[in-house]
Amino acid sequence: MPEPVITAVNLVKKYKDFAAVDNVSFEIAPGESFGFLGPNGAGKSTVMRMVGAVSTRTSGALSVLGLDPDEYGPEIRSRLGVVPQADNLDTELRVRENLLVYGRYFGLPRRQIASRADELLEFAQLTERAKAKVDDLSGGMKRRLTIARALINEPRILLLDEPTTGLDPQARHILWDRLFRLKEQGTTLVLTTHYMDEAEQLCDRLVVVDKGRIMAEGTPASLIASYSSREVLEMRFGSGHNADAGERLVGFGDRIEVLPDRVLVYSSDGEAELSRIPSTGLTPITSLVRRSSLEDVFLRLTGRSLVE
Amino acid sequence: MTETLAAGRASARRNRLLGSIYARNANSVMARGVLATRSTNWLVVVSGFFEPIFYLLSMGLGLGALVGTVTTTNGDEVSYAAFIAPALLAVAAMNGAIYDSTWNVFFKMQFSKLYEGMLSTSLGPLDVALGEISLALLRGALYGVGFMVVMQFLGLNLSWWALLALPAVVLIAFAFASFGMAVTSYMTTFQQMDWINFVLLPMFLFSATFYPITVYPEPIQLVVMALPLWHGVELIRGLTTGTVDAGTAWHVLYYLVMIVIGMVFTTKRLTTLFLD
Repeated sequence: MPEPVITAVNLVKKYKDFAAVDNVSFEIAPGESFGFLGPNGAGKSTVMRMVGAVSTRTSGALSVLGLDPDEYGPEIRSRLGVVPQADNLDTELRVRENLLVYGRYFGLPRRQIASRADELLEFAQLTERAKAKVDDLSGGMKRRLTIARALINEPRILLLDEPTTGLDPQARHILWDRLFRLKEQGTTLVLTTHYMDEAEQLCDRLVVVDKGRIMAEGTPASLIASYSSREVLEMRFGSGHNADAGERLVGFGDRIEVLPDRVLVYSSDGEAELSRIPSTGLTPITSLVRRSSLEDVFLRLTGRSLVE
Repeated sequence: MTETLAAGRASARRNRLLGSIYARNANSVMARGVLATRSTNWLVVVSGFFEPIFYLLSMGLGLGALVGTVTTTNGDEVSYAAFIAPALLAVAAMNGAIYDSTWNVFFKMQFSKLYEGMLSTSLGPLDVALGEISLALLRGALYGVGFMVVMQFLGLNLSWWALLALPAVVLIAFAFASFGMAVTSYMTTFQQMDWINFVLLPMFLFSATFYPITVYPEPIQLVVMALPLWHGVELIRGLTTGTVDAGTAWHVLYYLVMIVIGMVFTTKRLTTLFLD
């Protein structure tokens, strides 16, 4: 096992009495793609800010590239790439200028920055927009520029906070493709997301977080295997009738979840469960059998949906 | 991998002067400001330059014809224009420094998240403070130098000491930029920002700018003397009229203290806001 690039032990961040991050421990190996999956307000961004050496910890131990972020902020930040949740591109500068200026913040030589900027514009598919104003870019382009900017110092680790939130499906897929290429080149990716499909696409390993705590850890497949059944039967009975239907379905599948808008039956064979429904006298308005996902894992662990 | 980590630790240990707040790269922050100014708001920059010149022409030459001569603090008789010109020079330096260090900084802090971006690189808060303050200082110094050229044409530099007004202008601009950014960094609403103008305007009018401080009763004199602009007015007036004395040193000291206080508080505040 190679030495981890990031190690956190019993990490705590308190704001007055509120613990945004509550006793969190994890290790991230070089080249790994590691995710924090959880709803908004779970403390994901706070963990990212501590790892990114822009927030000090209340207690616990944290090591990033072998250094303590509370003491060696600038040194650690010089070896990281950071993509924040909300784009903070420099709107007073043009697209390419954003990369050049950002490179200088790292104290890199101009010549090196210039050639690197052109490569990154190519990578982010923005070469033709090099002289555009930032405000004239689409949401997906701004995001790609933010990622290109984060790569200007050739970081070993790229921190991505909710990389595709707010983007349309096509823009998300372009972005995932770019991130996948980085991963193939050996960059360590650390990302937060509240999208289970994003976590499944990008993460080798992830932790499920809720209310500042880690609820479970594993690969997407192993988490689904340990916390959910193979298949899920989803049925909608109309608003106001789901709770009632849920009670009458007791005994179906391995487990039942009643949500305000639907009832979920967890089972190894969803179709078989569906075929038994008429015998109860219930008639769902819609029904769907699907594979279990990380969404189900989260529901199982917390009793709540990821996106509420 | 293990070797890289070890090498990282070693180079980190070599690089620490001001610990985690300074990466000796304020230059890059200032260069960014120059680039941004060049591509966006030149017109605003130029307009700020003319304001004190208009005052000089209207009051110094126009009103000056009625006033005749004025006696300075040191007892020299000078023309009214030569009396107010150094004061307006100090105002030019102040204004230039204030534009960039207040409203511009406020916008960057509250809306554009520029500093958040800067502080996620290897820059520290002192780099950002120094860089932004240097940019504001640069503008104040440019206004000042331009104004001095105008003064020279109008024959209002009465002594060779006036050459030292150039570094004095830089000092004044530095102090106002530093202090202005510190104050702005604590502001969170537009209403609070309006308070800055509310303070600046009376300070401009009453800091012995247009008449000698001796017109005030003594308690009010003390209040005026506590305000920063008065020190600039007196410092530069002494230099351009050629009466340099111990008071000059006190004015310089006043500004040095102001610079340090501004830098310390700006750095602290940036640390609290962006590196919590």
